[in-house]
Amino acid sequence: MLEIIIISGKGGTGKTSLTGAFAHLAANKIICDLDVDAPDLHLLLHPARERQEEFFSGHEALIDLEKCDGCGLCASMCQFGAIRENGDGAFAVDPLGCEGCKVCVAFCPVEAIRFPEKHCGQWYVSSTRFGPLVHAQLFPGEENSGRLVMVLKQQAREMAKTRGADLVLCDGAPGIGCPVISSLSGAHLAVAVTEPTPSGRHDLERVADLCRHFQTAMAVIINKHDLNPEETSRIEAFCRDGGYPVPARLPHDLLITRAMIQGLVVTELPETTFSRDLRQAWARIEELAGLRR
Amino acid sequence: MTRIAVTSEGPSLDDRVDPRFGRAAGFLVVDLETMDIQYIDNGQSQVMAQGAGIKAAQLVARAGVSCLLTGYVGPKAFQALAAVGIKVGQNLEGLTVRQAMERYKSGLVEMASGANQAGR
Amino acid sequence: MIFAVASGKGGTGKTTVTASLATVWDAPLVAVDLDVEEPNLHLFLQPCIDGRETAHLTVPVVDKAKCTHCGACSDLCQFSAITVMGQLILTFPEMCHGCGGCFAVCPEKALSPGRRELGEITWGRAGRVDFLSGRLRVGEAMSPPLMRRVKASLEQRLAAQGGDAVIDAPPGVSCPAVTAVLDSDVILLVTEPTPFGFYDFQLAWEAFRTLGKPLGAVVNRAGLGHDAVYGFCREKELPILAEIPYDRAIAEAYARGRIIAGISPGLQETFVSLLGKMRDLARQSPPRKAAHA
Repeated sequence: MLEIIIISGKGGTGKTSLTGAFAHLAANKIICDLDVDAPDLHLLLHPARERQEEFFSGHEALIDLEKCDGCGLCASMCQFGAIRENGDGAFAVDPLGCEGCKVCVAFCPVEAIRFPEKHCGQWYVSSTRFGPLVHAQLFPGEENSGRLVMVLKQQAREMAKTRGADLVLCDGAPGIGCPVISSLSGAHLAVAVTEPTPSGRHDLERVADLCRHFQTAMAVIINKHDLNPEETSRIEAFCRDGGYPVPARLPHDLLITRAMIQGLVVTELPETTFSRDLRQAWARIEELAGLRR
Repeated sequence: MTRIAVTSEGPSLDDRVDPRFGRAAGFLVVDLETMDIQYIDNGQSQVMAQGAGIKAAQLVARAGVSCLLTGYVGPKAFQALAAVGIKVGQNLEGLTVRQAMERYKSGLVEMASGANQAGR
Repeated sequence: MIFAVASGKGGTGKTTVTASLATVWDAPLVAVDLDVEEPNLHLFLQPCIDGRETAHLTVPVVDKAKCTHCGACSDLCQFSAITVMGQLILTFPEMCHGCGGCFAVCPEKALSPGRRELGEITWGRAGRVDFLSGRLRVGEAMSPPLMRRVKASLEQRLAAQGGDAVIDAPPGVSCPAVTAVLDSDVILLVTEPTPFGFYDFQLAWEAFRTLGKPLGAVVNRAGLGHDAVYGFCREKELPILAEIPYDRAIAEAYARGRIIAGISPGLQETFVSLLGKMRDLARQSPPRKAAHA
C-alpha cells in the first residue's frame, strides 16, 4: 500500500483542485484530506458522512472565578500572554492564547485553575463518488499540532488494509510546519504543486528542503506555467538540479475555477488539453510512486 | 526474572498486539517465569497532543521490564527506551499477545537497532 | 495602529494586499511578515536588509550532578520535552514549547537555560517603509515561538518611534494565524469569490470575530463567479473595504513580482481608498492596552 501526498509550500497553487482530479483518476484508493485547518476537498467530493468522531488533544487552563483571589501570579508566569485581568478583580485565560502548558495550574496558590481536555475538532469517514474519504475540521483557533493529521492517516491506512486498497491519496496542508511534517511521515511520494511567481518558487524551495530533511521523494507540478515563462524555466532548472521529476506543466485555466463552482473536478468536465495533461500527469505519478508495474 | 511488556488492544493474553506504541490502548506486562500478568492502561499518553511515545516509554520503564514487543515505535520513543536499556521487538502486529510472547521465548524475535517508524 | 492582513485560504492575496498597502501608506509604517513558514513579503517590497539575528527558544539543560530524579519537571511537562526514566533524565529539546514550567518547579535548581534555534529575524527598509520579517528554520515544527519574537521586536519599534504596522499573516485559522492577529487593532480578511475562498473565509470569520477587533473584508479576483461572500458579508455586517477585479494582466504582473498598486492609477486608487477605510474601521477599535504582565 502506497501513500502519495499532494503538497504546496505556498497556498493557492491548485493543490486541492488537482488532488480532486487525481482522486477521480486513481483506482482503488482511500482519499484523505490532511489540511485539517482549512479543508476544501469536500467541496469537490460532496462526502456522505458515515462516521463522526470527536477529537480531543491536549488541555486548556480554566480559572474558577469563585476561587480566584486576583493575585496575578498566573498572568506573570504565563509565557504566552494568555492570562489577563477580567476587569472584575480576577484573572481569565484567553482560550485562543492558551498553550496548555499547565504552569498556571501547577503554581496557583489557591488551586483555582482547572485543566480539562481540549475539544479541538471532529473527524469523519465518508463515502464519495470517487471512493472513501477520511477528513476532519479543526475548530477555529485550535492548535494544529499534527496529531489530528496522524489520526486521519492512521484511519486511512487501516481502511486501505481492510478494503484491499493499494493507495492512500492525501491532500496536504500548505506551509512547512507541524501539520506538513506529520503529513510527510510515511509518505512514499510527495507531489509539490507550484506556480511561476516569486512566491511560488521561493516556497517550493523551502518545501523541497523539508522533503529532503525528512527523506521523502518529491515530484513537482508547475501550475499556471504560462503566467511567467521565464520563472517557469527557472523552476524547471531547479527541479533538474535537484533531481525532482516534473509530471506536468499546466496552463493557467479558469476551467479549474469553473469546475469548482459547479462542484466538480476538472476531469469530469468535457475533455480538454488540460484534462488530458492531468491524466498523463497522474499516470506519471503512479509510475514514480511504484503503483504501475 | 524477566519481565516483558507487549502493546495490547486489551487486558488479556488473547487480545491482539496493538500495532502502535505511543498511543497503544495499553500494555500487558508479563513475568515470563511466573506468568503473572499486569495490564497498564495507556490512556494518559493517548490524549497528549505530542510526546505520547515518550510518556508511554516512561510508563513501561516504571513497570521494570527488560523488553518491549510491539508493531512500530517512533524514533523519540525508541531513544527513550534504549536510554534505560529496554530492548525493542518490532513488526509484531497481527499476532495475539500470547503469540508474540511465545515467539519471543523461542528466540524468534529480532531485537531492533532503530525505530521502524518515521519521526513526526 | 496595527493592521493584520489575514485569510482563511492561502493564495487569496494577503501578501499582494500588504505590499500594495505599504506603497500607498501615508504615515510612518513598519511592514511585518509574520508568515514565518513561507515569508514572501520581501519578494515584493525588495527591502535593503540592515540586520539579521537568529532567534532561539529557551529549553532546559540538566545538571546531572544536581538532579535527584524527583520527576517534578517530568510530571509537569505536557509535551514530553523532559522525562525522568528511572535514574535517567532525558530531554527532547525539539518538543519544548518554552513554557518555563520545568525551571520553575525544579527543587534542586538543576536546570539551566539552553537554546533551540527557531529561525531568523531580519529587518531593513523598503523606501519609506520599515521592514521586519521572520523566517522559520526548515525542520522547526512550531511557528508561534518565532512569531512571538518578531512581534516583540515590532512592539519595541513602535514604542520607540510610533507610527503604524501592517502585518502579513500566515493563511489558515489555527494557532499560527491566531498568533499573528492576536495583538493587532484591526483585522483585514482577504478572500476570493470561489467555493474554496468562501468556505475558508467563513472559517476565518468564525475564528477571528471572537477576538473582539473590528473586521473588514477585501475581495480579490472579484468576478470569478461564486458570489456567496457578498450575501454573507451583508448578513454579518462585515464591511467589504475593497474589491480587486480578476484580470489576467494582474495575474501576470503578480507572477513577475510587481506590486499591483503600481500597475495602474486605478489600482493605486483602490488601495488608497482601502487605507482610508481601514483607518475608519480602526477608529472603532478599543484603545490599545499596555503589554500585560
